[in-house]
Amino acid sequence: MTTLALVRGRRPHLPLPLLLTVAVTAWLVAWLVEAPLAGWISFDLLRLEHGSQLGEAVAFFLLDVPKVLLLLLGIVTVVTLIRGFFSPERVRAALVGRGLMAGTVTAASFGIVTPFCSCSAVPLFIGFVEAGIPLGVTFAFLISSPMVNEVALVLLWGLFGPWIALLYMACGLVVAIVGGLVIGRLGLERYVEDYVWAMQGTAGPSIEIKLTAEQRLGDAWRYTRDLVRKITPYLLVGIGIGALIHGYAPTELVAAIGGRSNPLAVPIVVLIAIPLYSNAAGTIPIVQALLGKGMPLGTTLAFMMSITAISLPEFIILRRVIRWQLIAVFATVVTVGILGVGYLFNVLVS
Amino acid sequence: MRTIEVLGPGCANCKRVEANAREAVVMAGVEAQIVHVTDYREIAAHGILSTPGLIIDGVIRSYGRIPSAGDIALWLTES
Repeated sequence: MTTLALVRGRRPHLPLPLLLTVAVTAWLVAWLVEAPLAGWISFDLLRLEHGSQLGEAVAFFLLDVPKVLLLLLGIVTVVTLIRGFFSPERVRAALVGRGLMAGTVTAASFGIVTPFCSCSAVPLFIGFVEAGIPLGVTFAFLISSPMVNEVALVLLWGLFGPWIALLYMACGLVVAIVGGLVIGRLGLERYVEDYVWAMQGTAGPSIEIKLTAEQRLGDAWRYTRDLVRKITPYLLVGIGIGALIHGYAPTELVAAIGGRSNPLAVPIVVLIAIPLYSNAAGTIPIVQALLGKGMPLGTTLAFMMSITAISLPEFIILRRVIRWQLIAVFATVVTVGILGVGYLFNVLVS
Repeated sequence: MRTIEVLGPGCANCKRVEANAREAVVMAGVEAQIVHVTDYREIAAHGILSTPGLIIDGVIRSYGRIPSAGDIALWLTES
């Protein structure tokens, strides 16, 4: 009876290697066919003119929608699969007993590959403090993990090439390391709730559960599918706005607002980015179009980093374990770091 | 009577684990009570840093991921 129910509950499926081969082949074919198809539809099928405002806007939209979706599907699956091997539980084990400097750098580096959803921020914080990991090291991780967003990283790589993507990652890492060291130096331990300190030394046992390849692939695929489903509407709107900017917005207008001559451009884009939290993917096509219209790289990077790293829901949820004063310091360090990156790249890359 | 504990503050992911657990109980044809543990101290005491976590009869079965109903049903029948 039970066995019967179990058999019925499991969907019949293809053997794993075959399924993988089919998926990878389909992805590659779609990737190769996508760009010529977009051009053919815009300029041959719809007979729009090359170089016309409408033609360029439509071509941009048709080229970018499948491109970004394919990138998301393919690379997020791979990234999720890889980061499945770096759980916060493992990171904690790797951080215990390290010195301040080594601990901060390690924590910030792990933050790139180790994700946590904002509802996990509190158990994660308690778990780190419990195990005796210094406050600055904990914050290095808390800054770096959301700041280097894997979706943003992947899209940057696909749309702008590896250098800008790596630059974005390096900036996140530097802000996290410096931020962690600063917070560690300020002696803010008194702003952590007393009950958290009371738990120090009572850390639960280190746990480790082995997963099968099938479970890992299934997890990665389900995560990617849900993510793509969730952000596709934002993506369509984002690419739509990007297409309008690409086709219609005069370069002078973008340059006047976001350009180098406006010294307030960096703080302005950071402010704009705060309410956009969690819609990173949708804003990247807008950013791409703005960059093409002459917005400087530093301003663009600052915009992207604020979208993912300045998260009001996370600040509010952290109130369960730390007082407002420390949350304010955390938010300030992140914001100042992002502003610094913005201005620095505007000066460096011209 | 089996005890299934879902650990997490009550976000969307935790609710999905709970839904899968309910489905698994039906699939496995066992009697079980499902408890939702939302207290952060209790979650941390188990050594779980990434929610949602799943504990069956005191044994940690998964954390930081959403196990399928099929997986949970297997754990329930394994005992």
